[in-house]
Amino acid sequence: MLVPKALALFLGGTKMAAYIIRRLLHTILVVFAISLIIFFSIRLTGDPVSVMFSAGEPTKEAIEEVRRNLGLDKPIYVQYGIFLKGLVTFDLGESFRSGMPVMDLIMERLGATLALAFGGITVAMLIAFPVGILSAVKRGTGVDFFGRIFSLIGISFPNFWLGIMLILIFAVNLKWLPSSGFESFEHLILPSITLGMILSGILARLVRSSMLEVMNQQYVSTAKSKGISDWAVIIKHAFRNALLPTVTFLGLQFGSLLGGTVIVEQIFSWPGIGRLIIDAINQRDYPVIQGGVIFLAVIMVVVNLIIDLSYTLIDPRIKIGGSGRA
Amino acid sequence: MTTLELEKTPQQQPVTAKKPFMKKIWNFIKKNPAGVIGIVLVVLSVSAALFAQWIAPFDPSKANLTSRLAPPSWADETGESVFFLGADQVGRDLLSRIIHGAKISLMVGFFGVIISMVIGTVLGLISGYFGKWLDDFIMRIADIQLAFPFMLFAIVIMSVLGTGIWKIIIILGLTYWVGFARLIRGEVISLKEQEYVQAAKAIGGTNFTIIRKHILPNVMSSILVLGTMYIAEFILLEASLTFLGLGVDPTIPSWGGMLADSRNYVTSAWWTATFPGVAIMLTVLGFNLLGDWLRDRFDPNMKL
Repeated sequence: MLVPKALALFLGGTKMAAYIIRRLLHTILVVFAISLIIFFSIRLTGDPVSVMFSAGEPTKEAIEEVRRNLGLDKPIYVQYGIFLKGLVTFDLGESFRSGMPVMDLIMERLGATLALAFGGITVAMLIAFPVGILSAVKRGTGVDFFGRIFSLIGISFPNFWLGIMLILIFAVNLKWLPSSGFESFEHLILPSITLGMILSGILARLVRSSMLEVMNQQYVSTAKSKGISDWAVIIKHAFRNALLPTVTFLGLQFGSLLGGTVIVEQIFSWPGIGRLIIDAINQRDYPVIQGGVIFLAVIMVVVNLIIDLSYTLIDPRIKIGGSGRA
Repeated sequence: MTTLELEKTPQQQPVTAKKPFMKKIWNFIKKNPAGVIGIVLVVLSVSAALFAQWIAPFDPSKANLTSRLAPPSWADETGESVFFLGADQVGRDLLSRIIHGAKISLMVGFFGVIISMVIGTVLGLISGYFGKWLDDFIMRIADIQLAFPFMLFAIVIMSVLGTGIWKIIIILGLTYWVGFARLIRGEVISLKEQEYVQAAKAIGGTNFTIIRKHILPNVMSSILVLGTMYIAEFILLEASLTFLGLGVDPTIPSWGGMLADSRNYVTSAWWTATFPGVAIMLTVLGFNLLGDWLRDRFDPNMKL
């Protein structure tokens, strides 16, 4: 591509700069495409206004009024232009129900969703690292077998069912933890486990395979031959090097994690963005659905970008040239 | 004649001939325990779906308020419950609903995979075989699709379209083709350089014949493995969407829908929340085990 090359020359002409710029442009393209998909799938699959009124019999004037207020009387490309302009200035329109700016509604809920996402990642790592490392170190033994079974079962049940079961056991029967709400650290435990469990299954597999790969490398054998104790070698040499693919993977999984928060928030009555979206769906509040989904999608794309760029900075072996595709 | 034949059979097959066969099966089970469990689970769920009308002990949609939230028969102290897995909030038999629910899950799994498989295979073959701008174009679309989490996409579309099993199947098919396309593209690129493909080209084979005769048969095993694993994933996604009220019609018995119904009764009727989830887990585990086993059989190094 010509544009990134020209920009890179302008910025100092390194290959790295060209790569960063190409990734940035690609990110913008992706965000643009996502906005296009969301905008048109909502507009083309039905008339938001008639769906909003599906409960009662509105007058013609009322419908016209709403259409004008929402800007739906303008041609569709003009609407999309307004929508895009709003996106750039972080203005996602106003809620049809409350009249509040969608961006404000999202910001109110952002903390809860981020807390849940980080809780989920923490749980996933707390489970996956020990399981994955043990499986790799004790390869072919019973420990490894159980580790692999654990990973497989981990990806085989729906996380919302795990959430219900956790509520049943820890909130209803044992009464140890609260089943819903957002007041204290205790409230965060069950939702985090629910969200992190599936990820931990996939992550444990990845930790195991990258550990196995690293443990066959020469520097690990060298460290072993120097007489360093086994666990010191495993943690200091093997694990540290196996961490890199794991972190990248976590970044890439951030999106499905955010998708997962929608369901987990629903089960635990967690006041996050996912719940905002689901409530908006039940109330046919299209600006909020649209804004919430785009917001989550953009967060995810940006996180991927950051991970990708830091990955190339951390590990100089990563090939920067090429087409930027896997 | 029939009696004669019946008598003849054991004579033609000496008693010892039976043993190696049983032994073969036993050896197969011993060698592939995980694969066998997978096959058994898949066969169970597929039979439940196919023969639901005949297997299910009760009508899955017949409400009966006297048996409202009746516990499983083996856990019922009063001994009144006739339902093996209990009854739901309007007194419908849970077991029958689970058996009928298998139809929805497997339909979504199979048809969703067929659609994504066909689209993904065609685009992957084109992308890998012809390369150049076609490849750039298709892979750029794939990148964008991958950047957009399915759940969010499905939530937007289903919230506008309303519930319906075919809507889910089509959405799954139209988003998950990317996995097939990328996998096949990668394999085609390396197959293209193989000598027999070059030879077929040299003797004047058309692109279509080369793809059909030399490339497609070699990527079939990967397609099959990925397809099996996607069935598992699609079943989970459908259950999640239905749980949110954005999947199949809530009046049709489905596992996700049953779990959504059970939410308000978790404290009073644990069985309504437990068994549909067990059904999902065993089915999905079955397809995952089967997929793992197929992969190890065909090509342990497959990047899946």
